[in-house]
This record gives sequence, structure tokens and C-alpha cells, in this order.
Amino acid sequence: MSVHVKYRIGKSRVFQGLTILLSVACVVPLLFILVYIIQAGITKINWHFLTNLPKPVGESGGGIANALLGSIIIIALASVIAIPFGILCGIYLSENKKSKLAYWSRLCVDILQGVPSIVIGIVAYFWLVKPTGSFSALSGSVALAIMMLPIVVRSTEETLLLLPDSLKEAAYALGMPFHRVILKVILPCGISGILSGVMLSIARITGETAPLLFTAFGNPYLSTNILKPMQSLPLLIFNYATSPYNDWHDLAWGASCILLIWVLTLNIITKLITRKWKVQL
Amino acid sequence: MESTIVKAVDYNAYFGDNHVVKNVNIEIPRNNTIAVMGPSGCGKTTFLRGINRMHELIPGATAKGKILLNNEDVLEMHPIFVRLKIGMVFQRPNPFPNLSIYDNVIAGYKLNGIKLPKAEKDKIVEHSLTRVALWNEVKDSLTKKGSFLSGGQQQRLCIARAVAMEPEVLLFDEPTSALDPISTSTVEELFHELKKNYTLIIVTHNMQQAARCSDKTAFFYMGELVEYGETKQMFTNPADIRTQNYITGRFS
Repeated sequence: MSVHVKYRIGKSRVFQGLTILLSVACVVPLLFILVYIIQAGITKINWHFLTNLPKPVGESGGGIANALLGSIIIIALASVIAIPFGILCGIYLSENKKSKLAYWSRLCVDILQGVPSIVIGIVAYFWLVKPTGSFSALSGSVALAIMMLPIVVRSTEETLLLLPDSLKEAAYALGMPFHRVILKVILPCGISGILSGVMLSIARITGETAPLLFTAFGNPYLSTNILKPMQSLPLLIFNYATSPYNDWHDLAWGASCILLIWVLTLNIITKLITRKWKVQL
Repeated sequence: MESTIVKAVDYNAYFGDNHVVKNVNIEIPRNNTIAVMGPSGCGKTTFLRGINRMHELIPGATAKGKILLNNEDVLEMHPIFVRLKIGMVFQRPNPFPNLSIYDNVIAGYKLNGIKLPKAEKDKIVEHSLTRVALWNEVKDSLTKKGSFLSGGQQQRLCIARAVAMEPEVLLFDEPTSALDPISTSTVEELFHELKKNYTLIIVTHNMQQAARCSDKTAFFYMGELVEYGETKQMFTNPADIRTQNYITGRFS
């Protein structure tokens, strides 16, 4: 009897040990990437690096101003397209849980989430680049917006589903019409969840390269015209890291570091938002 | 003579095929407190929610018949107008968690986009909170969030929110079932005050509460209105055997 109990205790210990070991193992790759990229990249980053264009091969120095600005413009544009669509769709899904449209729309959003980014890039290429005859930042933004959409939709839906019905009833009982119930009560109460979904979706698309390859295309010069090709951080990293020049490798490391800092910052902001703006129900 | 303010004529309510409220006919006099009681699942809450058309917010819910408010059929009116005239207080206190106490009271104006001068708003807030005997407790913390209050205070805040809209009828759906005994008695005292200006319809599980607070009582059983009359009469000398069984605790 006691032998059997000891055996079971032993098994339990081993199992506990395994869970701890493997949770530590999960952290290792992230730490490794962080340390490696920060080591290689942090020394390259300075004001000059952030505000100057890349230099031609052979000249040392140069920066990533064009890629940084390009990334900001492309992502801002993608957000402007995806966020209203995503939030409105999320509201519909949470308000009409059982309708046919909600079923199909939810299914499509789930499938969209699984579509490889390169395929979304091709679609944007055929929709926008081919008809207009030019690579453009706008087409890149559309591709990224499609990638953002499922994340925004599902996070909005799930946040709103968590709000109690009594809240909505309180609003209806005061004679509020549907749009005011949504805009003045439901959205403000779910704002932290929705915003964190938006932040995570932005973090998600920041590093996307594949959809930009044949849409935004890249541009060695500073450009703010959204109808023309534009550089972005992931494209710059892709092009410069695969080049044979050491100076360009340095730029790629620095840009990787910036990208990493960007994504980390977004994740931290998300955590802060959920903590700060959470409405106590 | 008392005048009738709410009158149900052959009112029926359904959830899909489920017939929950059956052929209810009732006349509710102005400035009275009506208790609606009955065992669980007897349709009393559904009937209450039918009066200000909250019933139909549930998917698959339908209603037939007439509910007259001052001789106007609410089923023909736009629900928004109905709900402005017939306020409602729910089982669980549900103040808006994103609004301050002050804004919760004028939520009916603020969230409906009705602009009022500051002085007017102050007046409504003080007046409504005074009516629900909450003013003295919260007058120094009006900017705090509504969820900061205790359960009983929150419920009174919700009553103040309904009162602020100056409705004609106030519906209460088991308003004290989530409250402690002290808060319950505070809310019950309010009923006596509020009745001077409004008509109160209170769904309650608690027979003592019905006996204490109401002028008239309606007894629902299996979706039917079994008996309706003076509370005193009902509790001392019920006409229907089912009412008698319920009151004497044969079933609940």
C-alpha cells in the first residue's frame, strides 16, 4: 500500500518537474533571439541611423529613415482600413450569435486567419497592383489589413460576449436606440479588450514580409506617396540581409532590432491598456 | 375615483412555441403599488417585461394582445417611447460601470444625446438621488464610479436612474432578491414614497414583501393570472384555491 502511494507521489513529482522544465524551455528561444538581435543591432542604432537614407554600396553609414517612415505609413493605412471593418463585424457577431450570416461570417474569419500571408499578398497583387499597373504602398496596406481583420474581429467579438446582458438591458430600459447602446455603453465597457486586440493585430502585421514583397515592393528612397512603391522595415531586412555587403548587413541588424523593439513596445502597451482601462463590472 | 394607467387586454407572450403568458387581462390604477407574485416560471417576469417591451429583445420572443398605457397600445408604439414612459429596475443592480454616480443618474439623458444645461442636470441628479434616499450618502462622491457603491446603494442608484427620466410607471423585477435585509427594507420604504408620483409594478418572490408594500396583488400561476385584487383581501381571504395553496406554502 505505502509502496504504491510512494510510487504515485513520485510520478506526480516527475510530472510537475516536467511542466516546470518545459515552461522554462519555452522562454529560452525568445531570450536567445532577444539577446542575439539586441547584441548585434543595438550598437547600430543612433539618431543618424533613424533619420538618414541607406548609403549606396561602398559608403559606410546610412540609415533606415525610408523604411521606418514607410512601415509607419503602411501600417497606419492598414489600421485605418481594418479597424472599423473589424470592430463593426465583431459587434455584429456578438449581437447576433445565432444568425446564419454570423455563422458564415465567423467561419470565413476563422479561415482567413489561417490563409498564408503570401497568398494574401498575391490576392492584393491581382486586385490592386495589376489593374493600376504599379506597385504601391496602398496595395501593401490592403494586404496587411486583410491579415489584421480576423484578429480584430475575433477579439472584439470575444470581448463583447463577456459583457453581461444586464448592461445592455439597463441601456434599453432607458429608451436608448440600438446604435447608442452600442456606441455609448457596450463599446466603452469593452474598450480595453478591443484596443488590446487592435494592438496585437498591429504587432502581428509589423513583421509581415511576404504580403509586401509584390505589393509595396520596396524603395531605396524616401517616399510618402501611397500610390508608389514604398520601403518598409521587413522588406529592408529581407533585401539587405541577403545582400553580400557587410554595411548592408549592419543596416539589417539595426532594422531588426528596431522591429523587435517596436513589437515589444506594442505588447507592453497592450498589457498596460488591459490593466489600466479595464472597466470594473 | 382611481384612473387606470396600464391595462392588459388578452395579453399573450411566447418564447418560440412556448406559451409563457396566457390571456392576461388586468387593470392597474394610477399611483398604486401592484405586487405580481407566483411560483418560479409562472410568467410574471415575462409579463412585466412585456409591459415596456423588453420581452421582445430576447431572440424568438413574441407577444400578442394589447397593453394599454393611458389607452394607447404600447405594442403599436415605438419601443423607445414606451421605455421612456415606463422605467425599469432589474433583479441585479446594473449601474453603468464606465460612468460616474452623477452620470449614472442622468444616463437616460446623457446617453440618449439629450443636452441639458449644467444647472438642470444638477437639479435632476439631486432630486432623483434624494427621492431614493441616496443623496446624503453619495453627495460627496458623485464623481466616483457607480460600481464603487455597495449592492443596496447600487440598486437605489438604478432606481434613481429610472426616476430621473420622470416615467409614469416604474417596473421592478425582483428588485431586492440580490440585496441584504437592511438594503431590502430601505428599498421597500422607497416604494411608499415613490408611489406618490409613479405607479409601481413589482414582481416579487417574497410574499411578505408583497403583503407589506403593495395595494393590490396579482397572482400568476402557469402563465395565467389566477387572481387579482386588494392585497389585504388576497392574503386574508383568497378566492382561488391555488392562491390559497401558494400563500399557505403548499407549493412555491
